[in-house]
Amino acid sequence: MPVHDIIALLPALILAGGTLVVVLGAAWNCSHGMASRTTAISQVLALTSLSLASSVIPRPVTSLLLVDEFTLFYTALILIGGLGVSLLSQGYLDGTLDRHNEYYALILLASLGGLVLVMSVHGASFFLGLELLSVSLYVLLAYRRDEPRALEAGIKYLLLSAAASAFVLFGFALLYFSSGELAFAAMQPSLTKAGRTVFLVGLALILTGIGFKLAVVPFHLWAADVFQGSPLPVTAFIATISKIAVVGLLLRALVHTGGSADEAVIATLGILAVASMFLGNLLALLQENVKRLLAYSSIAHLGYLLVAVVAGGALGAEAVGFYVAAYMVTMLGIFGVLMLLSRPSMEAEQVEDLAGLLWRDPLVGAIWVIAVLSLAGVPLTAGFVIKFYVVVAGLSSDRWLLVLFFVVNSVIGLFYYLKLIRIVLVRESGSSERPMHAMIPRWNWSDGFVLASLILAIIGLGVYPIPFIDVIEQAAAVLPIGTD
Amino acid sequence: MILLLLIAFLMLGGLIAWVSERLGPQWPRWIALGTTVVSLCTIGLDTIPHLFGDVVPSSNPWLREFTVPWIPRFGIGLHLAMDGLGFLLIVLTLTLGIVAAIASWTEITSGIGFFHFNLLWVLAGIAGVFVAMDLFLFFVFWELMLVPMYLLISIWGHERRSYAATKFFLFTQAGGLLMLISILALSIVHYRQTGVTTFDYAVLLGTSLPPETEFWLMLGFFAAFAVKLPAVPLHPWLPDAHTEAPTGGSIILAGILLKTGAYGMLRFAIPLFPNASETFAIVAMTLGVVGILYGALLAFAQTDFKRLVAYSSVTHLGFVLLGIYAGTLHAREGAIMAMIAHGLSTGALFMIAGVLQERLRTRDMRRMGGLWPVVPKLSGVTLVFSMASLGIPGLANFIGEFLVLLGTYRVNIPLAVLATIGVVGAALYSLILIQRTFHGENTENWKVPDLRGVQFATLGSMILVSLTLGLYPQPLLKISKPAVARIQTWGSPPPAQETSAVPEKDVSDRATPSPPDR
Repeated sequence: MPVHDIIALLPALILAGGTLVVVLGAAWNCSHGMASRTTAISQVLALTSLSLASSVIPRPVTSLLLVDEFTLFYTALILIGGLGVSLLSQGYLDGTLDRHNEYYALILLASLGGLVLVMSVHGASFFLGLELLSVSLYVLLAYRRDEPRALEAGIKYLLLSAAASAFVLFGFALLYFSSGELAFAAMQPSLTKAGRTVFLVGLALILTGIGFKLAVVPFHLWAADVFQGSPLPVTAFIATISKIAVVGLLLRALVHTGGSADEAVIATLGILAVASMFLGNLLALLQENVKRLLAYSSIAHLGYLLVAVVAGGALGAEAVGFYVAAYMVTMLGIFGVLMLLSRPSMEAEQVEDLAGLLWRDPLVGAIWVIAVLSLAGVPLTAGFVIKFYVVVAGLSSDRWLLVLFFVVNSVIGLFYYLKLIRIVLVRESGSSERPMHAMIPRWNWSDGFVLASLILAIIGLGVYPIPFIDVIEQAAAVLPIGTD
Repeated sequence: MILLLLIAFLMLGGLIAWVSERLGPQWPRWIALGTTVVSLCTIGLDTIPHLFGDVVPSSNPWLREFTVPWIPRFGIGLHLAMDGLGFLLIVLTLTLGIVAAIASWTEITSGIGFFHFNLLWVLAGIAGVFVAMDLFLFFVFWELMLVPMYLLISIWGHERRSYAATKFFLFTQAGGLLMLISILALSIVHYRQTGVTTFDYAVLLGTSLPPETEFWLMLGFFAAFAVKLPAVPLHPWLPDAHTEAPTGGSIILAGILLKTGAYGMLRFAIPLFPNASETFAIVAMTLGVVGILYGALLAFAQTDFKRLVAYSSVTHLGFVLLGIYAGTLHAREGAIMAMIAHGLSTGALFMIAGVLQERLRTRDMRRMGGLWPVVPKLSGVTLVFSMASLGIPGLANFIGEFLVLLGTYRVNIPLAVLATIGVVGAALYSLILIQRTFHGENTENWKVPDLRGVQFATLGSMILVSLTLGLYPQPLLKISKPAVARIQTWGSPPPAQETSAVPEKDVSDRATPSPPDR
């Protein structure tokens, strides 16, 4: 293996090394702080190694992986998200169980799976990445093993995810049958061939698996229960990083296989998008549990994101890139606040738990309000630029109906986002029915650092997105998008 | 540059007011008041000499202009510019900002810092709307003013505040998003024609659109503005929001927030889509007349003081809508006059409602009555403002409504006649307001203090302004005239071709009102 290949893969290799160190640390009985610091250090190292890797791109490493600007952009997002999650986990986990090495090792492994996903240009590496990500998540979801709901979440995810993996495998078998290839780019000719039915069925099966990972309707059934049952940091991980990785892969696979130019594939994605937007938003209206509400909200958001995917072209890819980044910082901000409020004994998950937050702790309250406003897409937050991008991308490819549905859904979504904002504004009423639930946030320096950077990112992306847009433009430009 | 500074100053003032709460409850109040007063003086001193000198060249329509790129990838710039219309509305905004700060002085006792933060940010957002000449930037300000207003209503509002605030937010957001689609579509159409991505107002003005596209895009803009205005089928948020908002919020809401809708029509909907607007004018005018009559009818039926005033806004803004789409110079000048006058009179009436509520702890007019001997100063002031709202000659509202009716008459006689009937309706609800509140038996034996000095001075000076504008409207008409005239040169020729230049000059130069035609 030439040295350039190793440099290109350096971020992934560092994560793998970090995992080993954290696991070995358990043998020397190292403390929670130690494990979490090692994790954070390896993530930071992986991030810095991106600059090294960027000097050798674009570089195919074997026929399985490809490292280019697009990969590095998504890699950076996954690493930053993972860093955020692991830093926030520390405060959250303190005092729950006595040993956490495996938790951090699994977070690193799951991130590594995400990295492999966004690098893969081949069916085999795709499947490897997907399984690495999923298997780590099974354990993480059920990490609080004394908690029945966490176990339920883990089992549910395990069963459905295994089924989804089977679909993906079967899909690849069909693709291989009709094209004799597993590399994405090599499959392109058979999409246009006469006997393409088998190929399309294969693609549909793979889309089913991907749809499951993204929790788009009708593959969303696990989302609410899993979001509710799992520990908050893991929920945050599932809601952001695992979806970002799959979105990166989806985009690359669509472009390389030529699926993005195929009417049948695009129509299918469009239907998924519309169904997710409507069902996600409508079901979110009914929720009283914040985690369940966020689950449905994220279903709706993935629907919006698919609008950008469907829109296609360079602008569509750019929109998707901005979308995942903005969505990640916003969601992590929201989950960060929830983690600050939670205790080992009890999670802040009912809507009432947030009552009057702005008056109890103005800082946390303000962060919450800004993050929710961003999720709702109000100007000067990252969420608004998302909205702008999706509408621009949709209109430039003349998908009026999708854009109209998107707008209608943005309005429906406001109902429950406003509910989340209203509750933190409630003044302390005389009837304190649940005094025990008046949760006071507890800060430590790492949580403060993470939340401060997230809020800065939300506002920065909303107010002055230009530097970031330039980066995304470069990342999207390397995708071989045909000029149609 | 001054425009950017103005907005930044208001935002900064808001932040300082929030933080200064730690120093004591008076600090945010003084800071909010100081910020608005300083802004008003600065913008006034900076601009007024230019208005009345003869330096205004016809080539550059703007009094003040500032532009820097913001998101060049999409041709978005921070393009701020102000002409006479924008200047008048900014002055109105800041004036009512001062009034709102004074009206909230004793009413707001909790979360004082955050309240004034929101107050100043609403003002900043509205000021931004009036000067943004980049459609994207305009939309940003348009949405930005919404959030603090939502917070004002939902935190410091009255009994049904959550309901009202949510309704307000949803209506305006829905309209706003339709406008967003139109804005982006317009920009994309422009891109396909010229290969230039831009959101700049001046550039997009020249875009030629296929008739059908133009109509749909115009409708997107119209929907957003008609919700804000509000035009009748889209008005249900208004009575709730106005009634439940705290006094300061109601003043801002009725006094200036509604005007952003009218401004948007004058500045964007009509000039950008002149042909579609011309076809659509008759529908809009009908909606205006329906609003005039329907608002008056509902106002008459209210028992809640604030709700009555809220419905009266529907009537007055119906006149504005009618005037804007009647298309003649008089009608549009009248509409602008009516906007300013309505801002003053309704702002004052909401302040009075706040004063009454603070003293009586109720807004129910059935429980009031016989208050004149108890609070003579307050009663007198209220009488003046309800006369203003009724449209009595001598006060500013009369000029506006008269010009609107005059301009409409030349275009569409039946609608003008119907609108005139609405003036009778205004007399009904204004008089019933006075009668129920201040005359009759004092059945509940109210004994409450009269207006305090500051409040009396504020309301008194608003009367003075209204009287001045009513007796000598010429300066205001002169300031707004270039802007209005430009709308007509930018668009197609006005619908009313028979309007010749000579009588126009004659009528609009008339300083004192002609005999009332009712």
